[in-house]
Amino acid sequence: MPKLLSGAEIVFKALEDQNVSHVFGYPGGAVLPIYDELKNHKSIKHILVRHEQGAGHAAEGYARSSGKPGVVLVTSGPGATNVVTALADAYMDSIPLVCITGQVPTHLIGTDAFQECDTTGITRPCTKYNWLVKDVNDLAEVLHKAFEVATSGRPGPVLVDIPKDVQFKKAPYVFKTKKVSKSLNGSKSETLSDKKLDQLIDLMKKSSKPIFYTGGGVINSGPEASKLLRELVAITGFPITSTLQGLGAFPGSDSNFLGMLGMHGTYEANSAMHDCDLMINIGARFDDRITGKIDEFSPKSKKVHVDIDPSSIDKNVKVDLAFISDVNIFLSALVNRFKSKNKNFVDVNKNKIEKWWNQINKWRAKNSLGFKNSDTIIKPQYAVQRLYELTKNKDTYITTEVGQHQMWAAQHYKFDEPNRWMTSGGLGTMGFGLPAAIGVQLAHPGKLVVDIAGEASVLMTMQEMSTAVQYKLPIKIFILNNEYMGMVRQWQELLHDKNYSESYTAALPDFVKLAEAYGCVGIRATKPSELDEKIKEMIEVDRPVIFDCLVDKMENCFPMIPSGKAHNQMILGPEEEKEISDEGKILV
Amino acid sequence: MPNPKSAYSEPSKISRSQRHIIVVWVDNAAGVLARVIGLFSGRGYNIESLAVAEVDRKQHMSRITIVSMGTPEAIQQIRSQLSKQLCVHKVAVFKRDDENILFRELALFKIKSTKKNQEKVKKACKKYNSVVLDKTKNSFVIQVTALRRDIDKLIETIRPHGLISVSRTGAVAMTKGAEVFN
Repeated sequence: MPKLLSGAEIVFKALEDQNVSHVFGYPGGAVLPIYDELKNHKSIKHILVRHEQGAGHAAEGYARSSGKPGVVLVTSGPGATNVVTALADAYMDSIPLVCITGQVPTHLIGTDAFQECDTTGITRPCTKYNWLVKDVNDLAEVLHKAFEVATSGRPGPVLVDIPKDVQFKKAPYVFKTKKVSKSLNGSKSETLSDKKLDQLIDLMKKSSKPIFYTGGGVINSGPEASKLLRELVAITGFPITSTLQGLGAFPGSDSNFLGMLGMHGTYEANSAMHDCDLMINIGARFDDRITGKIDEFSPKSKKVHVDIDPSSIDKNVKVDLAFISDVNIFLSALVNRFKSKNKNFVDVNKNKIEKWWNQINKWRAKNSLGFKNSDTIIKPQYAVQRLYELTKNKDTYITTEVGQHQMWAAQHYKFDEPNRWMTSGGLGTMGFGLPAAIGVQLAHPGKLVVDIAGEASVLMTMQEMSTAVQYKLPIKIFILNNEYMGMVRQWQELLHDKNYSESYTAALPDFVKLAEAYGCVGIRATKPSELDEKIKEMIEVDRPVIFDCLVDKMENCFPMIPSGKAHNQMILGPEEEKEISDEGKILV
Repeated sequence: MPNPKSAYSEPSKISRSQRHIIVVWVDNAAGVLARVIGLFSGRGYNIESLAVAEVDRKQHMSRITIVSMGTPEAIQQIRSQLSKQLCVHKVAVFKRDDENILFRELALFKIKSTKKNQEKVKKACKKYNSVVLDKTKNSFVIQVTALRRDIDKLIETIRPHGLISVSRTGAVAMTKGAEVFN
């Protein structure tokens, strides 16, 4: 007779066998047996958050920066509903999370018991898969399957709901290494035939205006994929642009890099996407913030799409050639095939794409990320630039909240390595960055972790500073404080006749005092001349810091593709905005 | 409504909604039907009919037949999403007018009326493999199997003759010939 373990013991045994080092959670009635068991498992460190949403985002930060799944443990009812935002966020941005929720005892399910909710029902559309485990004999297998589903194919969040009586009941523990047979969100990569690769290589050789458009799939595929991407660009000499999620897969400081594309992407990236004759999408999903008006999206190009998720192919944009594959596998096959057949391609092909590069350099000369700096007031772009200059020689990890500051961070902070940039792209969750920074810092002790924040976003999850202090995590919350929900204000300015309906926060806390109240360090910068010195002070403190950077209140984020417009109809700056304002108002 | 002020783009050409029949082979387990149906309801699509039952006891496999209106693009997306679900074994999608597919629906009618009207109903039902399942002095229950649209018509025909209750299974489908869905 095999040894019998309680459900709670099985949970930890499974976590140990999955090499889980950190669990982000919050106890409550329906998970108490699991919490009771925590003391017996020293290899697993529990991080007590202040709100379950914080646990979810911290786990996302941990996962995004380390490539390992983030684990969340919360109670039933409100514990589960509070974590829903983070699950939806992870689902949109393909981040592997395993969320374990307590549930009321089996016999009370469906009776409106205290702290009961239909957790699997609520989370079904925002997880890759979820399970309600009603029999303790299934628990071990479900937990291991949960890890496999979360991390294989297109990664994503999963949830395991465990009723309290199941946590007490006993069963033998089994660690089945049996692979889940079915393709999980496309984990089953197609076999890449030489014939199909040659079709692509042929397109690449014929193209006189090629572009690589890469996304978060490159990051999710692991650091090896980023290396191969660099090699691919080096052996082709093609220009490359990246989505918000893909930043860092290719060095932001490289001359082949055109910057980010999309709604707030660079002029050169968007113009090149519009005019190219060959677009090779690697691990991106033709999101609506990227494509702009879909009918006028890159009208003259052949489109190639590499994605691990078959349901991404032809979802928004019809493509000419599709590869359902993990990016790493695809790139290694393509690079090998390409190199073996095309020696010195860069030199041979130079003339063919010279005109294209000349055109791109003309677009570049517009300097679309330029802004008018000031001696008296800190421009938010300037603040990000200084932060970049003063931290670029350290291995810095950046998280963000959502809004203008996020776009300025994406535009002005240059990432040279993958997994250094954690931002909420798909769901656009304000309040993501601070808890995410906690997760990042836990995964990378000793590294500099900065949350580039807005004052409105950061207040949504500010309570997690208390977590950072408890675990001595020296995260830096760099707030670009303009007292507005900046992106909302910008849209109201451009679209709603400057009716700033409810986008101004009339009563903000004193962030320096707030920092002190939490037991961390508060720093404030009010003028450009003191910015460098204060940023250095922030970096040097080995404690959590809230940095209150008072910036220009009315600055807008440019360039911008007004929605409903094509890539070649960007607004470059405030001057141009006035010229087309009437038309713009209608069309944006 | 031309160009409302919005941070999202305007829809361009939207394809016409068409009636599709989606057949899904799934694990017969709790939550699976909700997972499948959620892909329709999440897009605001109504399901016109739904038939589901276990077809393989050994493998615990159920077969779901769904009739729904949707644009071809959205239905294709639903199909891709379905195919990657852990609980889904196989998906087939086809249009209502596909000549290689057989459709059938079963309906039960309860009639309460005079002898004369009862005879009228029985006569109308006759060509749809009708079987009387229950009888009292002034009522009876009759079963028919037919195409959806024929049952629709039949209902209108017999309604004036004392039809007091209708129960329908929703369409089920199968390919003609020796082929099976792949």
